[in-house]
Amino acid sequence: MTENAVKFKKGISDGLPICFGYFAVAFAFGIFAVESGMSVVQSLLISMTNVTSAGQLAAVPVIAGGGTLIELAVAQFVINLRYSLMSLSLSQKIDKKFNMLDRLVISFVNTDEVFAVSSSQKGSLCKAYMYGLIITPYFGWSAGTVIGAVAGNILPQVVISSLGLAIYGMFIAIIVPETKKSRPVALCVLLAVALSCAFRYIPVLNSVSQGFVIIICSVVASAVFAVVAPIDTKNKEGETNE
Amino acid sequence: MNNYSFGIYLLVSAVVTYLIRMLPMVLVKKQITNRFVLSFLHYVPYAVLSVMTIPAIFYSTSYGLSAFIGFAVAMVFACFEKSLVKVAAFSCAAVLVTELILAKV
Repeated sequence: MTENAVKFKKGISDGLPICFGYFAVAFAFGIFAVESGMSVVQSLLISMTNVTSAGQLAAVPVIAGGGTLIELAVAQFVINLRYSLMSLSLSQKIDKKFNMLDRLVISFVNTDEVFAVSSSQKGSLCKAYMYGLIITPYFGWSAGTVIGAVAGNILPQVVISSLGLAIYGMFIAIIVPETKKSRPVALCVLLAVALSCAFRYIPVLNSVSQGFVIIICSVVASAVFAVVAPIDTKNKEGETNE
Repeated sequence: MNNYSFGIYLLVSAVVTYLIRMLPMVLVKKQITNRFVLSFLHYVPYAVLSVMTIPAIFYSTSYGLSAFIGFAVAMVFACFEKSLVKVAAFSCAAVLVTELILAKV
């Protein structure tokens, strides 16, 4: 076996756990999208072109509710802004054989988990490994969406109701361990939650649309803690890993 | 929703998301050093996910009670740092069991 084939296989095997995880999250997204009024094909197209769980979850209510394009664009910008740091970090780690086309393809599937796995590899990253790594998660993400979107119409209501909570369960699984490790993150989360509840329950504030609520609350909470509890910049690599 | 307006939404969403990922990879060769920007980006994922989760999770199932129990189970499993899939699976199972019991009562 050539060295490239070995690296490609290593990428595939490192990507498989991500693939299975994505399948489950995408399944929940598919149900959510259809419940929100999207068709199966529309749900699949969203997953295949966006490849971002949090971004898609925020986009669907804006699209289904007929929100403005500005609202959609700004929401995606704020929610997905973290990927710019991950892409930046990854751009330093890939080897010199990556041409422009490779960079265009790899960055398309640079998700939290793909970034986490690739940045944890020793030394620089080669093309064969990166392509192996991204291929199964992308497939799992797309397939999970379709099956969730279709099954959402077949499964009994009680099962759909249960699965509606899945994506939030996953978010909690990302948030909570970090709040145990870092007090500023815990306080930032509390502030974000308090603001989010204020925009849900306080009259006038609750007329702000969901896309902007996500932007306002997360930008305010993050900016406040970036000022009062800035991170140790010497140790920045992997700080945004989830 | 007609296909034309959906197509516009899809395009905006996909292009914005892609540009964020693609531009740094293609254009920027140096690392960010601004401490505020790095700190801001460090907090953003947790803040965003929290805002999207609460209070929305309490309205994500058929009954408020089942959602609350699902939330509680997710918190406990997440505290023990179980994998994303496990946390999601057990919290969904808790909702399912709760709703099956509620349907019988």
